[in-house]
Order: sequence, then structure tokens, then C-alpha cells
Amino acid sequence: MAKVTIDGQTIEVPEGTSILNAARMIGGEIVPPAMCYYTSLETSGGYCRTCMVKVVKGSEKDPRPMPKLVASCRQPVMDGMEVQNITSPEVIEARAGVVEFLLMNHPLDCPICDQAGECNLQDLGYEHGKDGTRYEFERREFEKKDIGDKIQLHMTRCILCYRCVKVADQLCPSRVHGVMNRGDVSEISTYIEKAIDNEMSGNMIDVCPVGALTDKTFRFKSRVWFTKPVEAHRNCTKCSGNVRLWFKGADVLRVTGRKDEWGEVKEFICNECRYDKKSVSDWVIEQPTHVDRHSVISQNHYENLKQMKLDTQRIKAKLPEKKTNGNTK
Amino acid sequence: MGRQLLINDLDKEGIATLAGYKANGGYAALEKALKMKPEEVVSEVQKSGLRGRGGAGFPTGLKWSFIAKPPGVPRYLVCNADESEPGTFKDRYLMQRKPHILIEGMIISSFALGANTSYIYIRGEMMYQFHILEKAIQEAYDAGYLGKNILGTGYDLNLYVHCGAGAYICGEETGLIESLEGKRGNPRIKPPFPAVKGVWQCPTVVNNVETLAAVVPIIDMTGDEYAKIGVGKSTGTKLISASGHINKPGVYEIELGVPVEEFIYSDAYCGGIKNGKKMKAVVAGGSSVPILPTELILKTAKGEPRLMSYESLNHGGFITGTMLGSGGFIVMDEDTSVVKNLWNFTRFYHHESCGQCSPCREGTGWMEKILHKFLDGHATVKDIDLLWDIQSKIDSRTICPLGEAAAWPVASTIRHFRSEFEEYINKGESFKDVKHYFRVNNLQPA
Ligand SMILES: Cc1cc2nc3c(=O)[nH]c(=O)nc-3n(C[C@H](O)[C@H](O)[C@H](O)COP(=O)(O)O)c2cc1C
Ligand code: SF4
Ligand code: SF4
Ligand code: SF4
Ligand code: FES
Repeated sequence: MAKVTIDGQTIEVPEGTSILNAARMIGGEIVPPAMCYYTSLETSGGYCRTCMVKVVKGSEKDPRPMPKLVASCRQPVMDGMEVQNITSPEVIEARAGVVEFLLMNHPLDCPICDQAGECNLQDLGYEHGKDGTRYEFERREFEKKDIGDKIQLHMTRCILCYRCVKVADQLCPSRVHGVMNRGDVSEISTYIEKAIDNEMSGNMIDVCPVGALTDKTFRFKSRVWFTKPVEAHRNCTKCSGNVRLWFKGADVLRVTGRKDEWGEVKEFICNECRYDKKSVSDWVIEQPTHVDRHSVISQNHYENLKQMKLDTQRIKAKLPEKKTNGNTK
Repeated sequence: MGRQLLINDLDKEGIATLAGYKANGGYAALEKALKMKPEEVVSEVQKSGLRGRGGAGFPTGLKWSFIAKPPGVPRYLVCNADESEPGTFKDRYLMQRKPHILIEGMIISSFALGANTSYIYIRGEMMYQFHILEKAIQEAYDAGYLGKNILGTGYDLNLYVHCGAGAYICGEETGLIESLEGKRGNPRIKPPFPAVKGVWQCPTVVNNVETLAAVVPIIDMTGDEYAKIGVGKSTGTKLISASGHINKPGVYEIELGVPVEEFIYSDAYCGGIKNGKKMKAVVAGGSSVPILPTELILKTAKGEPRLMSYESLNHGGFITGTMLGSGGFIVMDEDTSVVKNLWNFTRFYHHESCGQCSPCREGTGWMEKILHKFLDGHATVKDIDLLWDIQSKIDSRTICPLGEAAAWPVASTIRHFRSEFEEYINKGESFKDVKHYFRVNNLQPA
């Protein structure tokens, strides 16, 4: 075990834990924002630089501070390490700088973006950014593209977090998706415009922190905050079948993986569950989603809405009781 | 002129061939090294005080001692011949004129590290040198210096040349490794370092061409003797690529410690400034290192003469000093616009950023656009501060040192030449035809 202190709060964590995950175990304000790290995707993290923190004491053995700010998502803790996040003006300034870089070429077309309301970049800009931009030049733009028949890529909104690339590498059997070109004209692309068709590709949508990869079966159907999330499951041979349904009235508009409080899906779902099971009778409803990430959604206080529970009951009542077919949970 | 250990004998006939190289004492060091224990070779290199010639100046012997040695796992030596830093052209020269010194150095170093497969990763544009190396390697195989059971010692080594595809970032050692593995050349996030997980996740040492070539004279003359050349912790000789407004541009081998003033003005080296002009500024170690005005490159802030050594050039840190870097020595005369030069450098870094991390991906292009505003005569005083702020938000905040390499020229040009930025602001559009220092190359303007 290693003892680490982050902004004055001390916790013991297993060796090898990243500073970010140690901070998440402590919880609260001292957790650095993470735009590219994704727990279940190997080698993710390190790219966006939003999670940078200051290590003021390296470890008990070698107490020297680290000379540069470090990406907390990739830096393992050492026993006796002391870290500053929100208590370091340098970190706060650096983070504001990163936010400015990320937004510099970003279209900020939230009003017509399907991600609005559950967008990590909106939250990040709101919490860590500064008002206005000092960038006065033309913004970079890309053509919209289809990645297969279910996903639309709006590259102009991409922050190059590489999460979708890791999904393609790690979840999909044959990789045809990656980054082309370099620098600020880098582009997410399917090689030679090959469509992605394999069972797990839809997870790219869930891991995308912004509105660059969106579900074409949901496009423009509704603003996210007008839909109500409900946990549900079905017996699926390809994935766990544990999903989140997004209702408008009694209609399922969208199916996604279940994101945790850090915005990460713990169990990836297959494309059949995501795209083809949009009738209520396909699912066993569990309960309304507990939303604890403070996003636009939670600011609308869905969680406390009694209405929500009523809705769920209503939906459930409409359905014939489903057998669970041994699908536990 | 001091001693030359690397580019001596270039006038000898056939020095680029194995026969000519051998006739001038080549491969004697290899025969000597193969009779030593690998640890003894490492120890000679440690004693020599040799420091990496690729830019960072990290002690080579120390780097070698870090290589992990898990049983049953192969180790690799990779030679970094990607040489793409603007102002640097020494490795190309050495490989072209004396390819066998690199091959000999690589065999000795591979033996010392226990590597049985080694690679030379050469810049994609250097096809000419690529073919020279291929030919030289074949000669070495035919002579029994490469392949199985080298010179009957039981030591096996295969050596390959691998061609890059024209990306500066593939000179960064982990970007290089990715590229060598056949992937996109994105630098890796460290740790782990290559010494633990490098090529194919196996322990790897990456060294510059000149570093590996220097191992040959070190074994020849012993580490202790090598360490006597130079000053302090800057031992041995160094290749300097001298360019710009000097009478005699070219590659020079100097004993570390030569005074900068002598290097620029002596006929043994650069031969003074062209056309009798005055010197304005020097970029001493390749485009990434801070630019210094004449007063500070010739003398330190303390008034001592500055020497061509790691320590002396760095004296005063980045406030009044710079770095030896890769030895790309660019001299600018009084007519040069340092702002235009900076724009050109920045354009390069913008073009070469791999785009993985947000500060470098976005910041380099932003700085280029602002610098362009200066050249167009549309900049305001605020833009100087903005440039300063942007570079400070890239510096030390990125995955690989390309971020710093892009930030330092901006910081140093503002630090030492702020008034020139102001001149651009004050004179506005009328200042457009100012003399400049940059070559139009194949970089497309953004
Ligand atoms: C952007 C970038 C480009 C680099 N290009 C080169 C290069 O072309 N050749 C080189 O030897 N080192 C280059 N380096 C330095 C290498 O990463 C590495 O430090 C070096 O090869 C180590 O060899 P040495 O210890 O012998 O100097 C570069 C570094 C960076 C960050
Ligand atoms: S990705 Fe996020 S910040 Fe960008 S337009 Fe969409 S909602 Fe707005
Ligand atoms: S498309 Fe989305 S997930 Fe993929 S790199 Fe861009 S922002 Fe990240
Ligand atoms: S600093 Fe620049 S070149 Fe280096 S990894 Fe980051 S984006 Fe790529
Ligand atoms: S979350 Fe750590 S760098 Fe992006």
C-alpha cells in the first residue's frame, strides 16, 4: 500500500494506483478533471493534459518535488507522495490554459450538438475555463463523415482524446479506425473510409467526451435533458446486457452503456442492444438512474424528481412482467 | 584546430569502404572490445564522460547502466539517425563520409549492452545515406563483423537500417520506437522509459549517430584518455553543424571547450561573419535552444568568455544562457530579422507537432499565426504578451520535449529582442520588406 496526500487529504491506496484514481477514491472537489483517461481502456490518458497536478513531494524515500506538472491519470503514486491539485495556483493556471487550447478551435455549437447536456467539455469549460477566448483566427473545420451507418463523426468537435481509437484497438476485432495526419490537422478516420461494422463499435459513442461521435439513430430526436435515464437489462449473448435507456414519454429514444460518476462506462455494450432494442418490451427495467455527476442534467435535479419514479412505475405497469431468464442483476 | 576523432581521415582514399576504413585503423577497436567483457566496455564509456550528442547531453555510460536485464528477454540498441532539427546536419555528413565508424560503434555498443539485434533508424529524406549504410553493412557482414559468431567470439549481431517517412517527431526516441514498430510515430508517455520497455516492450537503448561513433575512439584510446580532451564534464570532441551568415559554413569537429568567439571568428572554423557584417545573434544548438544576442553568446552574464561546452553555454540558465543541444550552430548577421526567423522556426514546430497533446497541438499553430501577424504589420503590444503566455502554457506541459522545443525559441526571442517585436508593431505594414533569415522550404504555409 502507498500513502498519498492530495490537497491535504491522505489516503492509502494499492501500489501502482494513479494519482487520479487515488483522488477519485477521496472524492469531491480535489478530483482532477479527465478528458482522455478511461479506466477500462488500456493506455488511455496522458493526451489532454487537463488532469495535470503538482507533485510537491515525490515519496518518503525521495522527497524531491517533481520538476514539471504531471498527468495525474498516468502518474503512479509513491508511498509518502504529496500532491497539490486545487491548492496549487500553478495547476489552476495550467488547466485554464489547457481549456483554452481545447476550446480554441472548437465550434461551440452546443445548441445544435447532440452531446449538449452530457458533454465533458461543456462541464470542463464551465468549471475550469476563463471567460472568452484570445484566439482571433479562423477556426478549423472538417466535413461531417459517417463511420459506418450508425455513427456520425463530427471531427470539428473532436478533442483528439484517442478514446475511440482505443475502443477500436481493444474492443473491435479488426481495427480500421485511427488517427490520420498530424498536429492540428490530425483527424479521426476509418482507413480509406472503411465503414466500421462490428459488434462493439458503438462504444466509441459512449467514450467520446464530446459531440464528435454521435448515435445516428438518436440524432436530433431530443435534447438530452428532456430524456430520462433508466437502468435496464436484457439477456444478451454478446454483452452484459446492462444498459441505460433514455426515455421521452414512454418511448426509448436511445440506449447507452451505464456511465459512472466519472462519466465512464464500466460494462461496454454491443450494437444489438444499442441500436436494435428500442422497444420497452425488450428490457427489464430496474430503476431510475442515480445521476451524481454534476452536469447540466443533474442541475435539473432529475434525481429528486418524484415524477421520475412515477414515470418508471408507469412504464413498468404498462409492460407484461418479464422473466429474468437467469440473467441475474 | 584541435584533435579530430570522428571526421579525421576523410581525405583518405576509399574511407567510405570497408577496405579503406580498415587501412586507416578501422575495426581495431571492435577487435579490442570483443576481447573485453561487456561490463568493461560499459565502464570505459562511463570513464570517458561521453554525453549524448543527440541534444539532451545525457551521460551515455549512465544511460547504458540503466538498461534492464530480465532473463530471457532480448535487448535492443537503436541508433537515432533521424537528424531533422533545423540547423543540424552532422550525422548525415558522418554517415555519408565514414559509414563504417557508425557500424563499428554500433557493434561495440551492442556487444556492451548484450543486444543481438540493432537498428539504425534513418530519416526518410536521407535515401542517399541509406544506400551508403546498406552497402557498408553488407561489407561488414561479408567481413564477419556482423552476423553469427562475430570474429569467432560467439557473439551474434544483426544490424538493420530502417527508413523513416519524413517526420521530425520520429527523432524523439519513443516516437522513433513506435515508428520502428510500424506504427504512427506518436511519442510514448513515460514512464516506462525505453531502458525498461522500448522496442517491442523490450529493454532498449536509443543513441545518436555521433554518440555511437564516439565509442570507437573511446575504446581505441581508453575512456581515461578520451576524458582528458575537453573541459570539465564536457569531454571529447563534438561535431558542430555551422550555418548562417559565416564565411565557412560546414561541419566542424571541435574539442569541447573552444571559446565561442574563436569558433566563430577563427579561420580554422567559421572564418568570421560574411561580407564584413556584424553579428547579431546565434542559435547555438539547433532550432530548439534559446537564441542569444552577440553579447551573451560571446560572454556569459558574468563577463567570462563563453566556451563551446555543455556547461558554459548553459551558464546563466535560460535567462542569459542557452544549450549546446545537437550542435546546430546558426549565426545571424545584423541584417537578420529575428522575428521572421522565429516565425520560421515556429512554423516548423507547428508543422511537426504530432498532435497528441493539446498544448502543443493547438499552441504551436496559434503562435505561428500571431507571429505572422507581426510580419504582416498588424500586431499590437498585446500580442507580445499573448505569445509569452502561450509559450509558458506549452513549456513543460506536454508528453514529449517538442513542446519545449517550440516554446523556448519564442521565450528567448522575446526575452532578448523585445524591441524588435515593438519595431514591427510601430512600423506596421511599411516594415514588410525587412531583410530576413529563412529559407523557403517544402513546408506549406498554413
Ligand atoms: C522532437 C524531438 C526530436 C529529436 N530528434 C532527434 C534526432 O533527430 N536525432 C537524435 O539523435 N536525437 C533526437 N532527439 C533526442 C532523442 O529523443 C534522444 O534523446 C536521443 O536520441 C538520445 O541519444 P543520445 O543520448 O545519444 O543523445 C529528439 C528529441 C525530440 C524531443
Ligand atoms: S461537443 Fe460539447 S462543447 Fe462542443 S458543441 Fe457539443 S456540447 Fe458544445
Ligand atoms: S472522436 Fe471523440 S472519442 Fe474519438 S478522439 Fe475525438 S473526442 Fe475522442
Ligand atoms: S509535445 Fe507535441 S509532438 Fe510531443 S507528444 Fe505532444 S503533441 Fe506530440
Ligand atoms: S485525463 Fe490525464 S491527460 Fe487527459
